[in-house]
Amino acid sequence: MELVLSLEQIGSDDRESVGGKSFALATMVKNGMKVPEALCLKADAYHRYLETTGLGARILMEFNRKDFAEVRWEEMWDAALRIRNLFINTPMPRDLRSSLQSVFASKLPGESVVVRSSAPGEDSEHASFAGLHESYLNVQGADSILDHIRLVWASLWSDRALLYRQELGLDVEISSMAGVVQKLVSGNRSGVAFGKNPNAPHQAVIESVYGLNQGLVDGSIEPDRWLLDRKNGKIISHFPADRKKQVVTAPDTTRLQTLPAAQQANPPLSEEEVAKVFRLALQAEELFGSPQDVEWTFVGDELYVLQSRPITSIGAEQGQDSRAWYFSLRRSFENLRSLRTRVESELIPEMQREAQAFAQQDLSKLSDSDLAQELADRQQAHDKWKDIYWSEFIPLAHGIRLFGQVYNDAVRPSDPYEFMDLLGATEMVSLERNRRLENMAAMIREDLNLSHSLSNLSYPGLDHPFSVALDAFIDKFGDLSCSEELCTQGDDAIVRLLLQMASRPAAKERFRGEDIEALVEGFLSRFEGEKRENMEELLDLGRASYRLRDDDNIYFGMIENQLRLALEESKGRLWHRANIHVDGLDPMEVINALNDPDYVPKKATVKKIDEINFEVRPRQLVGQPASPGVVRGSARVIDSLSNLFDFKAGEILVCDAVDPNMTFIVPLAAGIVERRGGMLIHGAIIAREYGLPCVTGIPNAASLIHTGDELTVDGYLGIVVKHS
Amino acid sequence: MEQITGSGSRRETPLSEEVELENFIRELFESQKLAVLGTQNQGQPYANLVAFAPSDDLKSLYFVTARATRKYANIEADARVTVLIDNRSNQDSDFSQAAAVTATGTAQEVVGSERDAVLTIYLAKHPMLEEFVRSPSCALLQIRVETYYLVRRFQNVMELHVK
Repeated sequence: MELVLSLEQIGSDDRESVGGKSFALATMVKNGMKVPEALCLKADAYHRYLETTGLGARILMEFNRKDFAEVRWEEMWDAALRIRNLFINTPMPRDLRSSLQSVFASKLPGESVVVRSSAPGEDSEHASFAGLHESYLNVQGADSILDHIRLVWASLWSDRALLYRQELGLDVEISSMAGVVQKLVSGNRSGVAFGKNPNAPHQAVIESVYGLNQGLVDGSIEPDRWLLDRKNGKIISHFPADRKKQVVTAPDTTRLQTLPAAQQANPPLSEEEVAKVFRLALQAEELFGSPQDVEWTFVGDELYVLQSRPITSIGAEQGQDSRAWYFSLRRSFENLRSLRTRVESELIPEMQREAQAFAQQDLSKLSDSDLAQELADRQQAHDKWKDIYWSEFIPLAHGIRLFGQVYNDAVRPSDPYEFMDLLGATEMVSLERNRRLENMAAMIREDLNLSHSLSNLSYPGLDHPFSVALDAFIDKFGDLSCSEELCTQGDDAIVRLLLQMASRPAAKERFRGEDIEALVEGFLSRFEGEKRENMEELLDLGRASYRLRDDDNIYFGMIENQLRLALEESKGRLWHRANIHVDGLDPMEVINALNDPDYVPKKATVKKIDEINFEVRPRQLVGQPASPGVVRGSARVIDSLSNLFDFKAGEILVCDAVDPNMTFIVPLAAGIVERRGGMLIHGAIIAREYGLPCVTGIPNAASLIHTGDELTVDGYLGIVVKHS
Repeated sequence: MEQITGSGSRRETPLSEEVELENFIRELFESQKLAVLGTQNQGQPYANLVAFAPSDDLKSLYFVTARATRKYANIEADARVTVLIDNRSNQDSDFSQAAAVTATGTAQEVVGSERDAVLTIYLAKHPMLEEFVRSPSCALLQIRVETYYLVRRFQNVMELHVK
């Protein structure tokens, strides 16, 4: 079977096998429109690759580890990262490879090309996947084309694409991907045209930038924008951009370049050219029977169509288009930099202030109606920050993945999370704290007298080296670890911890500074000149994203917790007043009940105790492998900072989420189990740092597992076994 | 005191977990006709297929066998049995999507007045076995389940102990 077709060879029956994008290109060529020469790789090649290599079954396994509804966004991203690495590290079967190589080498010899996705089902009117899958510009040579085809295939499994398909109700597992390899037309002015403005149906919109289209599509360059009257093509208004940069080709890739002064002063298109682009959009609309979103480029005076797809109707019908959100997950470097500033200097401090203000309120002293108001305020704050969490924090986390992706592409490590070691190296504060604790533990380990007297809570004199070290520690880190217990018990709590630490050999950190530097250099040495500088900046951004990513979780956790505390307080009052169970009630119902003593909320239905036939016990729980290794030991469930100090050396730390304030007990732990899933969370990082087995993403970990349970933590497979 | 929580936590009560699992097992049993029965005699395990039906409270599983069979002899020698019921379809997707329930418990013959009530349940599920079960050479057996082991998503395992 022919796997590769030229645009001219594509017939009316080929739509499913070549995908929407290729089919549209072929239709335009046949109708005399100017389209760059292209070859289409049918979806059969993708299926043959998945079947022959066994990758298809592995992808299925990856997605059925957990109920899709229980998968956190970060876990989805982890799965996507692992799958992408499978594609990168799984070569095409030899016969497929050699047949494709010869076709590309003979039909596009020595050309620079663009490798794009062309998903069957994509670009239909109801499911326009614009920008969800990857395109690679300026690819050269048959080998490189084949490598990029695998990346395009992998982009079918990006978290953005997965979330979007899920939202459209498409089966996550039934999917297919064709590709198009298009001769690169190096235009000097490019843009998009919307035949119909989704916000104003009588208008058309044309956007244009200097150079290649990439800067416009990924949001890093602001375009000039024209609104036109659809009826007669007259320009209604022109919004000039602040023109500074353009995207141009560079060897094997593209880069951002400062725009010459003459071009900065002038719009990329003349009025006649705007009209020409508009006519192109109308021509496409006539051809396809609905208004189109057309990508185009000018090479000199010649206008080429790069692709055309229907303007999706779902956004317009529902009044909001959530595609924008998925799209925002793919912010450009420039965008991420400004987002970082906003999150770092405004949002996180503000969230922290709000959480602290709530925490200062003594709920037990409030009247019922004041408590109702407080509950409403906390609910409102919670909802506000939840929105911000999705709109700002998660997109910022893209800095981590952007770095991870670049790192994996450049280094191709067998461990897809190796890049985390470079990002995690910013954890200087908690590591410094742990080192100082370890130094004090070493003093106890080496001095039997000291150990003995401390065990009897008898402290050495103030000038004893141990006392000096302890004072210095509390001076520096007292505030960091100031849980209630630490503040009231003072030195005793730390001494108990140190005695635990001294009872076993020092935990080894997996990495020293020089190891990290070697990794960094191993990565940067693959780039030269300006590119190397860009990569250094990208690493810096990745590290900032990682740090903020953890902070936002922690402070949002505090806001959630303050809401929970207010609900707890209400629960006690309503139970005493009227035997009303608050569990499972909508907070609005609780507020009503607090305000009105006669209000009887609708109770959530639960099964009566005598109808229970079984006692449920977990045996083997599946999460995500977050740090390799296997260990068996006794569980210690940490549900508040105050029971941290009960932690015994060799226990398995089980918690909802490892907080940076908890990490000082990690060197004592034999393994870590966490409810929150994902590789980029604190627990996973610190577990890797100390080489401890770690499993994350176990739903209800802290309620299904109890302190004292005998557990096996398998950090290779991502499973936790509870022994009876 | 600072509680430690992450974002988007979703806590379920043990009650709702029990309900979910029980419903899942009930639906699986409704979808399947045959079970693998494991018996043993003198340390030699033996597996075979039986047509099964569950009791309404899922605490018992019923099946019918001719008395001349090896499984019947094994049960006479040792009443401890195991049963496997699953929904695999012999595809690659089974590794991730098939579910299996293993039950352990003891088997005993159902006699007397109870027999008619159980047969009603049993024949509702397997009407084609009417003649078989009415045969004097056949025994109706009840497995009193002690524990169910439910395996989903390749390696997620929950235990349900009968109260």
